[in-house]
Parts: sequence; structure tokens; C-alpha cells
Amino acid sequence: MGNLFLSGNEAIARGAWEAGVHVATAYPGTPSTEILEAIRHYKEIYCEWSSNEKVAVEVAQGASMAGARALSAMKHVGVNVAMDPLSTFSYTGVNGGFVFVSADEPGMHSSQNEQDNRYLARFMLIPMLEPCDSAEAREMTIAAFDISERFCTPLMLRTTTRVSHSKGIVPIGERKEHEIKGFEHDWTKWVVIPANARKRRTVVLNRMKQLEEFSNETPLNYIEQGSGPDARIGIITASIAYSYAKDVIPSASFLKLGFTNPLPFKLVEKFSKTVDQLIVLEELEPFMEEQLLAAGFDVLGKEIFTREGELLPDVLRESLREAARKKLVAIPSDHSIFTQDAPATGGGALDLPRPPTLCPGCPHRGSFYVLKKYKPIVTGDIGCYTLGVLPPLSMMDSCICMGASITNAMGANKALKGTDKFEPVVAVIGDSTFVHSGITGLIDVVYNKGNVTVIIMDNRTTAMTGGQQNPAMGKTIRNEPTHELDLEALCKSIGVKRVTTLDPYDLKNLDTVIKEEIEANEPSVIITRRACILDRLRFGPKVVPFVVDEEKCIGCKKCLGLGCPAIITVQVEVDGKMRQKARIERPMCIGCSMCAQVCPVSAIHIEGE
Amino acid sequence: MNEAKNVLLVGVGGQGILLASEVISQAAMNMGFDVKKSEIHGMSQRGGIVSSHVRYAERIYSPLIMKGTANVLLSFEKAESERWIEYLKPGGQVITNTTEIVPPVLNILGKEYPHDVLDRMKEQGTKVIAVDATSVAKKLGNTRAMNVVLLGVLSQNLDFSEDTWLKALKARVPKKHIDLNLKAFAEGRALANGRG
Repeated sequence: MGNLFLSGNEAIARGAWEAGVHVATAYPGTPSTEILEAIRHYKEIYCEWSSNEKVAVEVAQGASMAGARALSAMKHVGVNVAMDPLSTFSYTGVNGGFVFVSADEPGMHSSQNEQDNRYLARFMLIPMLEPCDSAEAREMTIAAFDISERFCTPLMLRTTTRVSHSKGIVPIGERKEHEIKGFEHDWTKWVVIPANARKRRTVVLNRMKQLEEFSNETPLNYIEQGSGPDARIGIITASIAYSYAKDVIPSASFLKLGFTNPLPFKLVEKFSKTVDQLIVLEELEPFMEEQLLAAGFDVLGKEIFTREGELLPDVLRESLREAARKKLVAIPSDHSIFTQDAPATGGGALDLPRPPTLCPGCPHRGSFYVLKKYKPIVTGDIGCYTLGVLPPLSMMDSCICMGASITNAMGANKALKGTDKFEPVVAVIGDSTFVHSGITGLIDVVYNKGNVTVIIMDNRTTAMTGGQQNPAMGKTIRNEPTHELDLEALCKSIGVKRVTTLDPYDLKNLDTVIKEEIEANEPSVIITRRACILDRLRFGPKVVPFVVDEEKCIGCKKCLGLGCPAIITVQVEVDGKMRQKARIERPMCIGCSMCAQVCPVSAIHIEGE
Repeated sequence: MNEAKNVLLVGVGGQGILLASEVISQAAMNMGFDVKKSEIHGMSQRGGIVSSHVRYAERIYSPLIMKGTANVLLSFEKAESERWIEYLKPGGQVITNTTEIVPPVLNILGKEYPHDVLDRMKEQGTKVIAVDATSVAKKLGNTRAMNVVLLGVLSQNLDFSEDTWLKALKARVPKKHIDLNLKAFAEGRALANGRG
């Protein structure tokens, strides 16, 4: 019925809709966020931003019990959070088909680690599909639900950043409505008391044998016979690495895998007989390679390809060149990988850094500026505010995973209390991250009598991933009004007696409160509440910029300490001498006034006043 | 056409690069080509480095342009053209906006913005078309239309008909901005013609 130009994430959404999905859940996380952002436009699907990934999977699991097809989407580290329900979901199996997307991030463009989640499919004993582009992402999402129901199993659809975020032409179809079967009242399946779980484990292991047969037979795994001398080189590959290899060495023979757990060992055997050499091409870990080696296949893999970062086409070509030079692969020196497209000359390594920074007018800035005055230990969390670590603010000592700011602070406080190494500890966490997994940590602090100051930087959105709704905003994924989580009342009910809410643009008040709460001998919560500046730019009110009165400016650079990208220094001639002055880049300034507040000589004022 | 055409769009966040690459992709689709496009989003705040790869041919596998294979390097900011120059094919064309966006971090690092990048490139024999697209857009009433001015210049360097481009623009640009952008495109085309 036509073609659309879709990203991998949009194609997954399309596939889910066509497959008759009724329930879709996610917590935002790069590079997976756009899946739910696309799904919300399909009215037949109930969808939600869940409070975290474990919640997302459990909600989808409930929908599966009720006989609806359900999908959850998350980034690779989000799967860690959801592992508890997922691992046992493998044992129960499904009623309505269940598929979860694990969007991995080789290269760590926007992530804290580079974990290879393919191992989790193996660990959980569930099937896995890996699309190589948008067209396959749609097609495999539809296939995934059929496989999930046919084999009564959850299924992992694994993408990487390049698959999720690249766009391609996708042939589309209509939605095939899938009847909601009704709740499956079968306690021997869904109640995993040990007596049931033991029986289910046998079911799971048998299922994996059947899935291995399926892996050998499914058209999702296929051989592409090469041509010319390269046809003797057999490349076993999946995901985006296949797309790259088709550009770098198109005439080789390929065993292109879409269904990658369990691996199709019989198909590999067949393929191996048509080629002289087997090369396993995969980003990150030797996931397929080690299994194939263990099965007795003589394959070449991580000896020539990197485990670090993305296996980009340029990297892949260089690795093959190196392997050819070392005679590890039968590629002659006049092969096209050596002759094709030498880089143009004239390349200079440009020395012009453009690091990510807190935006001009970012409400997070003030808190870090004030913290720098008191220099407590600052345990950080996952969000835009992690950028408080960069100079000149430089006010973050740790950032590990969602919610860890509060609990890391608790541990540090307990370890240092009463010793000569004592330092006060402040945890900084965003509104969405606090809801995701900060609440339980705060309960721990109060329950176990810790003394931690928690700053909840409430910017009224999930900013880092592009401004998604969250429970503290009072808006659903479709922007419908809903109950707005009362963070103050929540913290008080947890048992925090000292809860203060303030405007982070008011530096004086921020200073007073932060000082008091650091000194207090009990846990406290400071909620700094002001909308993300990107939301303000989208929805108003109008921006009135500030200017520097260069006659008054004494060039002390105090305003530069805020690290605002809108403030620069310029050389200005005064009485025949060059003097350094601050200047505000007018188009960038959004009028937050923080620089005016820190200026010791009142040289910064609203434009026109 | 079996050999892929590769257009690499580069600049900094907030310059309308992603919309421009959508329009090019749409134009290539209108011509019946297979198209792939890739960019990274996530931590690319305003002012960060942005690149978008567009590739088209009868069949495209990889969404990424390899070094030394870009037919055109379309740069929305002057110095960014040099950051990506090694992606340009020998004999390939650089089209760049002459706007300079100085990263504020240079203040802290005590570094200078390289104002002479284009001269260096030309000295090395690179084909460079430099246009002040931002000023052209400003004259039309909105500097944000700079991206489409550049598309106008690009249009004289790719084999799509003017009609194909106009259809692609109408398909991808929000309706309320289409008049401005059609003018911006025409200005860009004229600018490229004027050069030669």
C-alpha cells in the first residue's frame, strides 16, 4: 500500500501497529525514545510513559496475560532495570504476544556504558531478532509477535543506535486487528511458585530446542551467494554490520542473520561448505563468534575486528585491510578494499571543540553555581544536570545509573560520619529520574537515619531525551491532563521533615537554603522548580535578553563562572588601552538574570532599561 | 545508477540540518531512488556538532558515508566544513555557509576561531562554493530559512529537476513556512547560477 521514509524506531512503531498491538509502554531513553513517540499517533494502541522500565514491562506483561499483544521499548541499560520481570516472563511465557525492544548503543553517543544486550536474550532463554535497517525493523516487529505467540515466549527485538536513528524506505501494510483473548486464568503458568516454576523450566528448555530448529528454517536467516573470487569469503553477520559489509565488500558470500538467538547451527554448517573461510562480523562482543567456536566452527572474528565502539564502514574496511596484510583473510593486494576511494587531500584536523553544555538560561545552572561555594560531595544522576560536571561549574563527583545519586550519597554519608574524613553530601537528581528510581532511595535514607541533602531539579519534563511527559508534570504521553504527582507531599510522607521548594533563578534564596540544608543534622529535600528552557522557548513567555554595560563592566569574569554559553569576553579599547569586558550574545540570551545577580558592579541589566 | 551519491550535511545544532536532509531524501525518493539517511540525536544540544548523511542509488545498504566518498559536503557553518573534509571524494564539491558560530568554550580554553579555513581549503585545491546564506535568509525576513537557501545552492550541484526539489520542499516544510522557504530556495539557486 505504499512506502514511507521512516527511522528504525518509527518503523518498529509502524510494525507494532500493523501487528495489532493494543498496549505499548516505555520509559524514555536514547536511542529508543522515538518508538513510543511514534506509537502515540496510532489511536488503536493504548500507550504510556511508564515510571520506569520495570514498570513498563510489568504493565505490558499484564496486557499479555489479558490476551493482548503488547510491546515495551527501552535503551540497553533500561533492560537492566526490567530484568526482574523479564527473566521470569521467560518461564511463564505469554498469552498475547509480547515483544520488547532493546536499543543498544555501540559508541556510547548518549549512554554510560556499551553493554551488549544480546547476551541477555541468551541468559533469559528467549528468542532475539536483529533488523539491519528500517524496512526490516517493521517486518521483524510483525514477525516477532507471530513468533512470540507460536512459541509462547517473550521476544527481544534488538536494535543499535544506527538502526534506530537511520531512516530508510519502508513498504507498509494495513493493521491486522488482533483479538484480545481475555485473561488467561491458568495458575500453573502464571503463578511461579517453585512447584510450577520447575515445570516451566523444562518447558523453556524444550522451547529453546524448537526455536533452534526454527532458526535454521526461518527466511529471516538466509544465505547470499557471492560472486567472483570474493565469493569464497563467507561472512556471518547481522544487524547494521551487514549493511556496512555490503558496502565495503559486496561480492563476498553472506550468511545474513535476522534471528540470532538461538543461532542456526545447521545453516552455518551448510554455509561453511560453500566458502573457504568463515568470518564473523558483529559489533561489540564476540557473541556469535564464541558460540560458533564452541560448536566447532573455525571462524575468524574479534582477532581482526574491534570490540570497542561502532564497527563503522571505515573501521570495517581498515580491519579487513589489516587482516589481508597479515594474510588472515584471502584478499589480494589489488582488491577494491585497497583501491576504492582514497580520502581527499586537504583534510585538516579542526581544533574547534563544541562540547555539550547546559543551555543558556538552564534552571540547573544556579544550583551548581551555589554548590561550588560550599563544595560538598555532589553525587549526580542521569539527566541534563550531569553536565554540571563540566568546567567552569565542575560540581559533580559521581554519576552511575538512574537513581544512584541518593543512595550513593547515603553510603558515602554512612561511611564518613564520625570520621576525620567527613564531608557533607548532596545528591542532585531530576524530577523524572526521581520518579524512576529515586523514591526508594529516599525512603532508605529516612528509614536508616542517614543525613543527605537531596536537590530534586524539577524542570517539569524529561529533558535529556527531548522533553517527554512524566508523572510530576500532570500530563500523559498524549498530553492529556492527569494527576500531577505532588513531590513535596511525597517527600514529607516518606518522612523528610525539611522540604523546601524554590525558584532556581533566585540565587540569593538558593544560597541561603542550600547552606542551611547542608548544615542541618537530618535528611532534607530542596525542590528547585522551573520549566526547562527549551519548553519555555517553545511555549513562551517571550524572552527579554540582558545586556552588559561595557562602561560599568570591570572585567572581573564572575559572570563567566556560571558557564553560560551566551556570555563571552571581548577586548574593548578604553582610554587608549585594551580592556577585557563581558558581552552577552543577544540571540542566545533568554533573560534568566543569573549573570546580573552575580555581577558585583551591577553592569548587567535588561535590554532597554 | 549503481554507484551511490553521497551528500554529507554538517554544522551545529539548531541550524535546520535535519530538515534539509529530509528534503534531499524526499527529492531522491521522488526520483525513484532507494535512499538512506543517518544522524545521531540525543545529546546534541543547541550548539553541538551535528552531521547528517544522505545516500541514494538504485539500492543502498549502509546509511553511512565512508571517508573519501562524499560527492558534496554541505556545511551550514564555516569551520565545520573543515572538520568533515576527509569525507569528501577527490574532486568533490564543498558548499559552505560563511556564517561563523564561535563556541563559547573557546573563552575558557583561550583558543582562536579559525577564520581562514576556506582559504586553506582552496589552497589545497578543494572545490569550494562559499555563500552568505544567513544574510540572504535575513533579507527574506527570517535567518532560519538559511538551510533552504543552502539547499537552493545544492540543487544546482545534484541531478534533480527544479520541479523535483519544489515537490520535496512542499512535502517536507510545514505549510505556514512554505512561501518563505520557496523564496529562500529560489535565492539559493540564483546564487549558485550567479557563480557560474
